[in-house]
Order: sequence, then structure tokens, then C-alpha cells
Amino acid sequence: MVEAARTSLSRGRPEGTDATARLDLVDRLRAAPDIGACGSGALQWLAAHAGIERGLFARVDDTERELVGVAGYGVPDDAVASVRLDCRDYDTPLSWVITGKDLASFDAAELGKRAGDMLLGPGPITAAPVFPGDETQAGGVLLLTPADDGGIDEDAVEWAASVLGMRLGQLMQGGDGRPTWGERLKRERAWLYGVIEAVTDPILLTDPEGRILIANRGAEDLLVAEADASEGRRHAVALNNLMFSASLAPLSQLDDARRRELLLVDPVDGSDLLLELISTPLQIRSGEMGKVAILRNVTDLNRAFDELQTNYKKLHKTEAEARGERDRLDLILNSVADPILVTNAEGEVVLMNPPAARILTVGDESDHAAERRVRANDAMLSSFLSNVYTRAKQPWRAELKLTDPESGAELPIEAIGTTYAEASGESAVVTVLHDRSEAAEKARLYEQVFRHSAELEEKVREATAELAEQNELLRRQALELERASAMKSQFLANVSHELRTPLNAMLGYTSLLLESVYGELTPQQHDKLSRVAANANHLTTIITDVLDIAKIEAGKIPVTIEEFRLSDLVEAVLAEFEPLVADSDLEVCVDVSREIPPLRSDPGKVKQIVINLFSNALKFTADGSVSLAARHDETRDLVTIEVVDTGIGISADNQKAVFEAFGHSAHPLTTDKSGAGLGLSISRRLAEVLGGKIELESAPGEGSTFKLTIPRRLPSS
Amino acid sequence: MADTPQDKTAPTPMVLIVDDARDGRESCADYLSFRGYRVATAEDGEEALDRAFELRPDIILMDLRLPKMDGLEATEILKKDERTRAIPIIAVTAHALPTTHEDAIAAGCNSVITKPCAPRELEAAIRDELGTGSVDGNGA
Repeated sequence: MVEAARTSLSRGRPEGTDATARLDLVDRLRAAPDIGACGSGALQWLAAHAGIERGLFARVDDTERELVGVAGYGVPDDAVASVRLDCRDYDTPLSWVITGKDLASFDAAELGKRAGDMLLGPGPITAAPVFPGDETQAGGVLLLTPADDGGIDEDAVEWAASVLGMRLGQLMQGGDGRPTWGERLKRERAWLYGVIEAVTDPILLTDPEGRILIANRGAEDLLVAEADASEGRRHAVALNNLMFSASLAPLSQLDDARRRELLLVDPVDGSDLLLELISTPLQIRSGEMGKVAILRNVTDLNRAFDELQTNYKKLHKTEAEARGERDRLDLILNSVADPILVTNAEGEVVLMNPPAARILTVGDESDHAAERRVRANDAMLSSFLSNVYTRAKQPWRAELKLTDPESGAELPIEAIGTTYAEASGESAVVTVLHDRSEAAEKARLYEQVFRHSAELEEKVREATAELAEQNELLRRQALELERASAMKSQFLANVSHELRTPLNAMLGYTSLLLESVYGELTPQQHDKLSRVAANANHLTTIITDVLDIAKIEAGKIPVTIEEFRLSDLVEAVLAEFEPLVADSDLEVCVDVSREIPPLRSDPGKVKQIVINLFSNALKFTADGSVSLAARHDETRDLVTIEVVDTGIGISADNQKAVFEAFGHSAHPLTTDKSGAGLGLSISRRLAEVLGGKIELESAPGEGSTFKLTIPRRLPSS
Repeated sequence: MADTPQDKTAPTPMVLIVDDARDGRESCADYLSFRGYRVATAEDGEEALDRAFELRPDIILMDLRLPKMDGLEATEILKKDERTRAIPIIAVTAHALPTTHEDAIAAGCNSVITKPCAPRELEAAIRDELGTGSVDGNGA
């Protein structure tokens, strides 16, 4: 540019600006003490020699982003000072002028309203860059408008700009506030450091060996320990350096920028720091590649990420829970027999269980009638729901007459609707329909059961009363029987008394006669009188027997328990029968072992029974044998006495009758053989008194077996 | 006759027979007289008392079922009276129930015999009673 200015200077037009005029400009500028005076001088000279009407000189601001007004010609001075022209946009004519080196012409409108239209006026503008001293960048700009009568002398303008540039260079070197190149370099270096420091992320420049060349404050905090740093901090820094170098090392093989994560320790509080390392290779000297490393603290980012992930999981879990809750709710709703439905504020059904669906929805196979019923039900329910809404919060209860869609049967239903606020803030209604018809059915059933139960109870009461009556009757009958029995016993006793009295006289006189109280009898008389005596004695026996039965039945027979041997007792009985046995042709066998242990019973009664059985056997056996055997059943401690004969036997029909008092008149031999009488009846009763029994085995013509069984030891009562 | 109560040195025992049945009373009296006893008779309870107080018999055979006053009552009176307390009384009854025996003993009878009985047995009973309970010391 300097070269260009010189060139134009040498090409200067002699006709517009002769040597005198040019010297005049040089003089003016040399005399100008500052940049403003220089500008004014140059503009005045241009007005006189180059044909301009108005002009403005603006210097390029330090930032090189705008032009600041310095001097003007044909414009007010105060307006000049306020001129600021933005030249940050590179695609404007002004920028072209600054970055280029030649003159340029453009319309004033390009400069904006204030500088263009108002200050310099509309129309074309000629702009010329001014290069101070040897600098290659423009330090100012001359903006000129041509006079009405002709064009601008561009050669004069170029010459003036170059002279102005030279003078400006002199002024700047003379310490007039304009920075020198060296100062500017220093300043820009300071700016660069400032920028680096201003970045909060640690930034480092390292040489190929990994030594730190430049480090900002953030980087120093992590990687540099001052001489007076604490032990902890020195340790942390040492560790961080190790980590940093290690993470940087593998990258040295590669030329392009790399990102990786790096875990360091905060030397201040010892907490973990997660950093993202971005490194870029950089030529620091010819042939030497260093690295620019930028560390970004992503600890918080990581934490935020973790938190985000946790939140997400929580959300997911909550959602799953909500879903589970909903499933459970569905399950509950579906298992309730009563129809249940949930409706939203618009009255739309949100949720319903199958029983509700049956009443309120049309099935696939529903006919026309069913659809009509469903619609009717729906209408009923809608009016109910509107009632629920007007009541808010308070549960609303109503009887609805719905219809079963399938059968058309009436469904008297009790509906209970409750409003509740959903999480979204909208209110919804839960309606439970209680089927009253089922309740009615249950009530009917219950009533029926109750009635049956009452009837049953009445019947039981009647039966009980009847039973009580019968019991009372039985009790009375028992009393009467007892009394009758007592009367019978008394009667028998009386009869016995009445019979004995005459018998007593008969036996008495017979005795007296036989004992010759009234004189000696002939042998024949004695014999016949003896028979009278025998019969009288027999009669006495019968009467005694009759009374015995009465005694036993009246419970008035005493039991005398003694210890005795059965063999002794049988011997005594046999002795009594000795004459009778001797008279008969019967074979008599007796088998009573002395091994049988002593009995403890009433020997008198045992003897009475044995005598009775034995005498019967003898009486009713014409020929053959009579045997008497006794056994002891040790396991049950029972004694059995068996009397077996080969006599006439007893038919099955009569076997029971022979034991009954006065009941065996049919016995074929009672008329012939005296004395059978009441013996068996008494024997049986006595056996019972002794805790035993008498059994009979017999058949007509084949003899009889009477078996007495009694406990060996009768407990004393 | 060896076992008759008759003894040359002592008066024969007097037996008071109380029985409302004439045949029983007389057959008994006949036999005891034949056997050597002094015999008195009564037909009812009241007469029995009169005879007993009047005659002071050595022993009384008392039927229990009697007209006017029964044998048990008569026995009780006799047993309470100083004069007759010591006289043995044998109840002779056609009642064969055990209760009758107990009642008789309770009333004061020394023993009980059930009718019908052979005259010989009756005498044996008298001898038993007089042998053990004699006031005159004639049978011991």
C-alpha cells in the first residue's frame, strides 16, 4: 500500500494540483499538531484542489470494528465527533475500502442515515483508505462528496491520502496515543492470555515431552503445586499429573483431536472430578508438535446423568406399580358379583366389571329387544349419575328399576354413587349397583327356611310333649305295676297264710294220730295216715315255693354270702337223694372236681337250685342216666353246673314256659309227677339273684341239659 | 318219754297257747298235754293278756294274726310289764315273709316258728326256750 501510494504520488496530475499546491498540503500537514488538525488540513486542501464539496476523515478504532469521526469539511464539528461507522460486516463497501488499498465509490445510503444522508448528503461518495507510516492495514478513511460542477480529482485524492498517511505515521511514532506495532503485539498477547484465563475449563499447551508450556488458572489448580502448598495438595497434584500424562501419552501417536474421560482429584476438597479431555496437536516450533489440551469438568454432568437414570428407573418402577395396582383393581372389580362402574365427568364409562357390562352393554349376540333394554338402563343410570354430580362428595343412593337385557326380567337395583377426584383433578364417579332382586330372593328363601324351621320346632315340641306324656303314663303304669306287684306279693302272702293255717291243723292232728296220742293205730291205718302226712308236707312245699317267688319278686329274699366248696355242696345234695337214686334203675354220674377253687356265693341258694335241677332230672327220666358235672371257666371266673338226663325231653315250644311260674300246666308229666311245680321258675330267679343264669338244651325224647352258670365270686352288694 | 319235761321234783311247765284257729289251738294243746305240759289257751290278743297276767305261764306260743288285738301288740305289752317280762314268747305264724320274722323279734318275741309245723318241732322249740330262758330253773 505504501508502494501504491508512492506510485500514485509519482503519477500525480500536474494540471489540478501543481507543485505549489502540493507543497501547500505538505506544509499544512507538517504544521498540524494532531490527527484532527491533519484531517482538517487535508480536507481543506482537497476542497480547494480536488473538487469536493463535503468531506469526513474517520480513523479506524483499535478494535478495527468501527470508524470514529476525527475531522470534517462542510459539516458541523460536533456532528463529526459523534460519527461511528460500523464496519464489522465484511461485505460492505466501507470494509472493502479498509481491507483493500484503492479508492472506492458508492452511494451515501450505504453508510446509514446519520453519516450518509444527514452528514454528507445523498449521492455518490468517494472513499480513500489512509495507511499510517509503513503499516499495511488502514488507519483511517477519507469520505468525500463531489462538488456540483464536476467530478472529484481522484489522483489528487490518492496523493493527499498518501501524504496524510505519512504524517499520521509520524504522529503515532511520536507517542501521540496510537500504539506501536511492538506494543500492539504485547497487548494482543495479553488479550490472548486473558481469553485463556477467562475460560473456566483448564487449558494447557504441552511440548512433545509433555512439559507444560502454557496453563491457565483452572489447569494450574489441578496440575501445579506452589512451593508453599500443603502436603495434601502436593499429593493430589502429583497424582493428577500422573493421570493426565498417562491419558495424554497414547494420544501422542495420533495427529487428530481426541476425546477421552479422565478421573482426577480435586486438590482442594479431595473429591473425585470427572473430566473430559480434548486434545489437539499444535506446531509450536518448526518440526515440533505440542498439544493443546482442554479439560472439561463433567463431574456434575455425570452426576446429572446418573440422577436422570435413577429418576427414569424410578419412573419406570412407579409406572409398573401403577399398572400392577390397576391389574389388582381389575381383578377385584371382576371378582365382585355386584355390578361396579366408574364414569368420568362427561358421564363416559371408564371402567366396569363384567356384571355391570352385562346390564349396560350390548353383547354380540344381543337381539333388538336386548339393545332397547340396555339403552333404557343406560338412560336410567345417566339420570342417576347427574344426581350424584349435583350432590358432590356425598354418596348418593337411589333405587333403580333396571331390566335384565337377556331375560327382560325386572331388576330392582339399589345404586350407590360416590364422587371422587382423580389425580388429574377431574372428578369421577364410582357406582356400585346392588341387585335387590337377589336380596329379595334370599329374603324369600330365608323366610321359607325360617317357616320350615318353625314348623319343625313345633313338631319337635309336640313330639316332646307327647313323649313326656307317655313317659308320665309309663311312670304311672310302672308305679301301678309296682303296686300291683306289691299287692300280688301281699296277696300271695295272705293266701299262703290262709293255706298254712288249715294245713297246720291237718299236719298237727296227723302227727298226733301217728304218734299214738289218741291211741295205737293198726299198721294199715298208720300207713294211710303217713300218706296223708306226706301230701300235706308236699302241699306245704308248694305253698313255700309260691311264697318264695313272691319273696324274690318283692326283692325280699336275703342273700347270705359265704365261702364254700362246690364238691362239698354236691356231696350233701347227693346224700339227700341217696334213697331215691337207690330206688331207681338210673345210672348216676357225678363229676365235680375238688380242684375247683372255693366259691363265694350264697350256698343255700346254690344248693336249692342244684336240688331242683337234680330232682327234676330224676323225676322225668324213666331209664338211662342222670349226670351232674361242674366246671370252672378260669378266664371269666365262672362256675358251670350241668345236669344232663336221658329223659322225656322238652319241646322247643315249652322250653321257655317251663321257667315261668304257673306257666307250665301243659307239661305232659305234671299231672303224673308231683313236684315239678314252681321249681324251675324259682331256680331261674335264684340264679339271677346270684348274678347268673340257667340255660336249657332239649328235644322231646332225647333228654334235657340244664346248665347253671354263676360267677365264682359274688360281690357283696 | 325220756325227754319229757315232767320231773318229780318240779311242777311241769305251763304253756299258754294263743291261736284264733280252734283246730290249730286244740291239736297243739292236745299234743303238749300228751307230752306232759300244763296247757292254757287264748283265742285273741286281749284274752292272751288276761291269761298271761292271771296264770303267769312259763312260756307263750303266740300266733301273730289275731282278732281284737294282734300278737305283736300283745307281745309288746307283755314284754313291757314287770310281771310278764321274763316269760319267753315264741311267735308261731303262718306268715312266711322275712319281714314278719323281723317284726316279731322287734316286738319282743324270743323266737319265731313258721306254720305249718310238726308238733314235735314245736316242742323242741319250747324245750330250747325253757332250757335257756327258764325262770323256774327247771330246764337248765
